Amino acid sequence: MDMMSKILRHLREGFRNVLRNGWMTFASVSAVTVTLAVLGLTLILAMNAQQMSKYVTNQVQVQAYMHPNASEQAGEQLAQKLRSMPDIASVQVISKEAGMNEMKQEFGQYQDILEQYKSSPLPVQLVIKAKDPSKTLQVANEVRHMPDIDTVRDGKSYIKSLFRTVSVLRTIGIVFVIALLVTSMFLISNTIRMTIFSRRREIEIMKLVGAANWFIRWPFIVEGMLIGVFGAVVPLVILGYGYHVVYDRIHDIPLILSINLVSSGALIAKLAVVLLGIGILLGVWGGVMSVRKFLRV
Amino acid sequence: MIEMQDVWKEYPNGTSALNGISVHIQKGEFVYVVGPSGAGKSTFIKLMYREVRPTKGHIFVNGFNIERLKDRKIPLLRRSIGVVFQDFKLLPKLTAAENVAFALEVIGLSQRQIRRRVEDVLTQVGLEDKMNMLPSQLSGGEQQRVAVARSLANNPAVIIADEPTGNLDPDTSWGIMRLFQRINDRGTTIVMATHNRDIVNSLRRRVIAIEQGIIVRDEQKGLYGYDE
Ligand SMILES: Nc1ncnc2c1ncn2[C@@H]1O[C@H](COP(=O)(O)OP(=O)(O)OP(=O)(O)O)[C@@H](O)[C@H]1O
Ligand SMILES: [Mg+2]
Repeated sequence: MDMMSKILRHLREGFRNVLRNGWMTFASVSAVTVTLAVLGLTLILAMNAQQMSKYVTNQVQVQAYMHPNASEQAGEQLAQKLRSMPDIASVQVISKEAGMNEMKQEFGQYQDILEQYKSSPLPVQLVIKAKDPSKTLQVANEVRHMPDIDTVRDGKSYIKSLFRTVSVLRTIGIVFVIALLVTSMFLISNTIRMTIFSRRREIEIMKLVGAANWFIRWPFIVEGMLIGVFGAVVPLVILGYGYHVVYDRIHDIPLILSINLVSSGALIAKLAVVLLGIGILLGVWGGVMSVRKFLRV
Repeated sequence: MIEMQDVWKEYPNGTSALNGISVHIQKGEFVYVVGPSGAGKSTFIKLMYREVRPTKGHIFVNGFNIERLKDRKIPLLRRSIGVVFQDFKLLPKLTAAENVAFALEVIGLSQRQIRRRVEDVLTQVGLEDKMNMLPSQLSGGEQQRVAVARSLANNPAVIIADEPTGNLDPDTSWGIMRLFQRINDRGTTIVMATHNRDIVNSLRRRVIAIEQGIIVRDEQKGLYGYDE
């Protein structure tokens, strides 16, 4: 038999195995489906969280407040000096009045409260952006020691808590997914074990007439592979389509949350590769485990 | 061709089936293995295609050293031997032709070769009219002939048969024996365990008698030698 007919035979037999144990196969396909759905969901969240944190990190600026009695002129001079530093991309000076106006806008209908101030009580403020977002903290520390600078806000705690939340979510996702992966692998391996059991007479005869060991094993590995593929298709379609719909609806609503969504095409492509890849790996692994354990050839 | 040197077999449950067997069977020989039930005939035969492994001793079959044989090489040994099993080992859901074809398919023959061989061997055993029947639709003797046909299909150098006439009426038994004789005339070695005294006494060949796991008699053109 040439290579091609051998491959075709193993595929045919693999399909037959899948059909033979209808309910067990259904159970393990469902397990794979659930596993991959959770994995896919985690992946979608992680990809978007990563994109978002990249965006947020990029937006982080150093806010430096000068001493209350430092003049606007001093602010401009300091800004000039800062602009010449290699790590700094831009420096914006916000005058006392501009700061006041900004605050009034933020207060909106309550801005009357601010009327009591004759002149702005706010210090001159410098808004500094680092060229490389990861250098933001370093820049903040340098600025902190400059003359006339009172306080510096570097957004550190904000970024840290964001990253912490993302990483906790990711860890929970990973732990959950691993537990599910192990469960599905176990179910797949058990399903294949049932097939091996129901085909034991055939296997015995194959062995006795001299079928090669791998010739006997392949159909069961194909069976695992098929369970993995079938289990990947449903979550892929649901998550892919669902994401597409959600993305279409909200991606142009001007919110930080939505404008930073990973585009649906890119995400679905990645999702397909990961889910099918892991589905197949899972199935093949289950197949190999069971032929190793239950198929003494 | 087949060589055993001081072979012992003790099954895991402690039963001693063979207790020091030495034998040499040459290419083209026709050998009957006789002896009472439980004497060790099937064990003797199963050692040859490594269905069971010896506890002690050396076995060589068709140039394969059974003790040293790697798992990967066992299929090659088995392809060089055609076995007729005492319990036939036919698949109930496959027809006679499919059963024979199955054995050829799983050792990698092409569909064309398979079709030709299947028809050829089933005709040789006289089942050309019943090729498409399931084992359940065949009599015991016919099933046995399917098993014989399957053992011949791959043109093995040795045919090993465990009571191939066990369930057959005298006429059919003789049909099978004539077939074995014809195959033997072409140079194929035949080893068959049997309880059939008529056949052993009329078609005189080498007789190896086993009792309680040892060879008690080994004669050219021997007789059955047991009263039943
Ligand atoms: N798998 C096994 N496990 C344990 N003991 C076994 C096994 N197979 C055979 N025996 C024992 O080994 C001895 C020899 O058995 P074997 O089947 O070789 O006899 P036999 O000569 O073929 O008998 P028969 O003519 O009835 O077929 C017997 O005592 C039997 O009970
Ligand atoms: Mg026996």
